[in-house]
Amino acid sequence: MQNLRETWLISLAALFVSAAILAVFLLACKQSPVDVFTSLYVGAFGSWFSWQNTLVRATPLMLTAFCTLMPARVGYIVIGGEGAFVVGGLMAALTGISLQGLNAYVVLTAMLLTGALCGGLWILAVGALRAFRQVNETISSLLLNYIAIAILNFLVVGILKDPATLNNPSTASIGDDNMLTSIGETSIHWGIFYGLSACVGLFVLCRLSTLGFAMDVVGGNTRAARLVGLPLNRIILLSCFIGGACAGVAGMLEVAAIQGRANSSLAAGYGYAGILVAFLARQNPLAVIPYAILLGGIQAAGGLLQRNHDLPDATTGVIQGIIFMVILTSEIFYGRFAWLQSKPRVA
Amino acid sequence: MDASDNSLWVLLVAVIGGAIRVGTPFIFVSLGECLTEKSGRINLGLEGNLIMGAMSAYAVSYLTGSPWLGVLAAAGSGCILGAVHALLCQHPKVNDIALGIAMMLFATGLAFFFGKPFIQPSAPHLPSVSLGAWSDWPVLKSALDINLLFFVGVALAPFIAWFLKSTRPGNRVRIAGESADAALAMGLSVNRLRFFSTVVGGAMASVGGSYLSLFYPGSWSEGLSSGQGLMAVALVIFARWDPIKCLYASFLFGSAAALGPALQSVGVTSGYYLFNAAPYVLTLAIMIATSNSTGTIKGLPGEFVK
Repeated sequence: MQNLRETWLISLAALFVSAAILAVFLLACKQSPVDVFTSLYVGAFGSWFSWQNTLVRATPLMLTAFCTLMPARVGYIVIGGEGAFVVGGLMAALTGISLQGLNAYVVLTAMLLTGALCGGLWILAVGALRAFRQVNETISSLLLNYIAIAILNFLVVGILKDPATLNNPSTASIGDDNMLTSIGETSIHWGIFYGLSACVGLFVLCRLSTLGFAMDVVGGNTRAARLVGLPLNRIILLSCFIGGACAGVAGMLEVAAIQGRANSSLAAGYGYAGILVAFLARQNPLAVIPYAILLGGIQAAGGLLQRNHDLPDATTGVIQGIIFMVILTSEIFYGRFAWLQSKPRVA
Repeated sequence: MDASDNSLWVLLVAVIGGAIRVGTPFIFVSLGECLTEKSGRINLGLEGNLIMGAMSAYAVSYLTGSPWLGVLAAAGSGCILGAVHALLCQHPKVNDIALGIAMMLFATGLAFFFGKPFIQPSAPHLPSVSLGAWSDWPVLKSALDINLLFFVGVALAPFIAWFLKSTRPGNRVRIAGESADAALAMGLSVNRLRFFSTVVGGAMASVGGSYLSLFYPGSWSEGLSSGQGLMAVALVIFARWDPIKCLYASFLFGSAAALGPALQSVGVTSGYYLFNAAPYVLTLAIMIATSNSTGTIKGLPGEFVK
């Protein structure tokens, strides 16, 4: 069991170190760190408007993070969230298009299930290749990202193209009636509840259920898991499927709440940012929520950085890269500080 | 010449020319990855090295007017990225695969950040040798327009093979990869050997990137590299960690990547996006075909056997 106090303190320190490195980087680029950090804050969390923007961007991250997080619990490093996102979105869009005319709730439920199923099977294939054939899951999942994007592009410029979409080839629309609506007067769509329930539900699964415990045993010590007779492959495949299904649902939300159709803008990098969220959360499904909001905020602030400081849009990429490297390096410090360790209980 | 009328010939020549043209960056990245993995470490961040190398080469070539200085700058950037990876990975708690992904995101972001002003201007290219001057068939001529870096890459493969097989430092690198315990028992510094291998490997990958921006496709843009750095990791597995076989594998991957554009040049345009996926599908197919249920692959450095 992770020590919660240690995790939070070291993660917080890592974020500060990342900020310091970023400040040095900005100084080297002749930018004022104070001004840029202010803009980052204003653009991400400074007003209700930016909060809405942040939460909309955090929603897919809450789901794509699990594409890396769930397989990581059984010891697999999967980075195929982008592919599962694209496949889930594409297949959900096709479902929505073909079911037009039915009740919107029926259509949305069918889209949700299709997105989850297709995304899940996509990553299940990665898990199966590793479990049965020892094919490196990191590389195969990454290759599948490119393959998914190629299939998407092939279909939306080809047989699935709506002739009305000339400049940005897309599929037909799923219909305005079938779109996932916003909450009240805000621009936040109901998809955020899909994300939040995934985080809470999977926390329960991972921390409170026997299945979650079995996953931890498999990830912690495969030999021990085999010796106690756990159905190793079934647990591995299930965790991969759940992870992929989450990313597929994120793709479905992008179609059902934002785009209304499938096109090449589905591959916008939510899958890759999800990897970072998963590592930041250190495999804790509940910690995904704050980190997804943090990352969503950084992405939301990108536009303001461009306008106010003339920084290129890749700035958010640099920030994410720095945080990622520092967080991974911070692993060194776990267990190093005696005062942070939980005291063994004396019976 | 009859051949020029036959679209099958055009296709064949275009694919072979493409294998050389598109395969060259693969040679550098895969040799770099091969060297790194021989020392017992995986660097998944070479994709970042490739993009960073492409950007710095293009920028320096544009600013100084010398493409060779650009290649040098690319190598320098690759050394720095390799050094960061090697230094952070020294600690056993830092996962080299995850760090590779982080380095990839970081280097890509950095390259796009600094590369923004260089998307428009055109930089001087690396010189190439026209081996097809004897032919008056333009298809063949352009296929045999071969860049100097290609020859460097072809020479590098046997050199690295010789280095690993027959020199003392090369043998030490292999010992670090086969068994860190054995290396320690011999009084070798495993970390230093892996540092050296990762830095040199990173530099090679970045030189491969300079080829992308300074010869083919020959300009700097954000969509320049599309996974070549990661495919190289699979390519090394396919080549069984043998530098000479890396060379052949690079040609194979190059021809797969050239298939889409080559088909387009003879008028087959319908499945363009699908053919673009050919190298990824090929990589995946090869990984599955060369796998087995136990995970023991001939040639796998001992440190990866867990």
